[in-house]
Amino acid sequence: MSLAATTRSTLFRATKASSIRALGSITAVKTKYTLPDLPYDYGALEPHISGQIMEVHHKKHHQTYVNGINDAQEKFGAASSPAEKVALTSLIKFHGGGHVNHSLFWENLSPTSKDGGAPPTGSLASAIDDTWGSLDEFKGKMNAALAGIQGSGWGWLVKDNTTQKLSIVTMPNQDPINTTQYTPLVGIDAWEHAYYLQYQNVKADYFKAIWNVINWKTAEKRFS
Amino acid sequence: MPETYTLPSLPYSYDALEPQISAKIMELHHGKHHAAYVANLNAAITSPETANLQSLIRFNGGGHINHSIFWKNLAPAGSPDTDKSNAPTLVQAIEKEFGSFKDFQEKFNATLLKIQGSGWGWLVSRTGGKLDIVTTKDQDTVPADTTAIFGVDMWEHAYYLQYLNVKADYVKRIWEIINWKYAEARFTGSSEDEFKDLRAML
Repeated sequence: MSLAATTRSTLFRATKASSIRALGSITAVKTKYTLPDLPYDYGALEPHISGQIMEVHHKKHHQTYVNGINDAQEKFGAASSPAEKVALTSLIKFHGGGHVNHSLFWENLSPTSKDGGAPPTGSLASAIDDTWGSLDEFKGKMNAALAGIQGSGWGWLVKDNTTQKLSIVTMPNQDPINTTQYTPLVGIDAWEHAYYLQYQNVKADYFKAIWNVINWKTAEKRFS
Repeated sequence: MPETYTLPSLPYSYDALEPQISAKIMELHHGKHHAAYVANLNAAITSPETANLQSLIRFNGGGHINHSIFWKNLAPAGSPDTDKSNAPTLVQAIEKEFGSFKDFQEKFNATLLKIQGSGWGWLVSRTGGKLDIVTTKDQDTVPADTTAIFGVDMWEHAYYLQYLNVKADYVKRIWEIINWKYAEARFTGSSEDEFKDLRAML
């Protein structure tokens, strides 16, 4: 599957609009994507992620990706030549990927007063222990992978759909996880806009702090 | 023991580019970000370990080169260096290539705003003097057959504390602080390429 096709198929899944999916892919291509509501207030992740960051990140950045994918999709539908369509796939992948990634990200965060930071349990906890020895070892590996990203991108804890094995992958820019191969469990946004207003150049502190608001309940649901 | 690199001093104070770029941005950008590229470059070239070394040298070496050019191709608004009349040869070549200076600016801005992720926008001259607008991703340097005339840093750290997500405003205002005198010198070849050896290493 091409990356653009992967992006689109993930988008369909992300919309959870089964009624629209039932109408078939031709109709689904015309679906307008919308900015999802956050499952908590902008200030709810403080002091680990400031309310200002959350507001700009959700209301401005994520909205821009939603507008971008809708715009690119409209142009794609109107394009008559394959060359025009090919030229639009980069925009579809970038903005579609941005929409998918942020939608997953908001859901895998939670205030510390709710599920944020409470360690995983059950089969996911065992799988992490089996793979890395302990949750802390895993966090250390994930933070090192995040710190090693050269430019904008994301770090993910993923499950391989064939082998069921866990691994850490990083993706550049807004490239989405290939969901044919992997199930994304936890995503961490390593773009500078995700932390700069609060942590500036000290991104290691952001990566350390974000584990306090990681929602392992969401990760467990995605795992099973 | 290979040569190690040092953080160059800025040719102006941190607050000299206000209000176009805030002192806080300049201080972090130069004192922390650029300093980290230099430190990581030196660590990579003196490291006995080989894993991932080429990638680290390329990234941090590129960061050092790009920022070193960037600081010099900026100057306080209203200073003689930002007067386009100091770049007669370059401006003429721009008008010839892009139709008008305004067309060039619009094309340059539009190109920069299309960057997907971190990167830089550049005015470059190709072998033979033909001008072109190119973007480079992350800390890649300009293509080997080109010379950077001036660059604009499009990493979010270059503007975020002041402009947040509105990068179009940053791109618009940066024109007020382009150092045309330095751009002219790079175009006419009278500024020496101090990073020739490092570029060869990337």
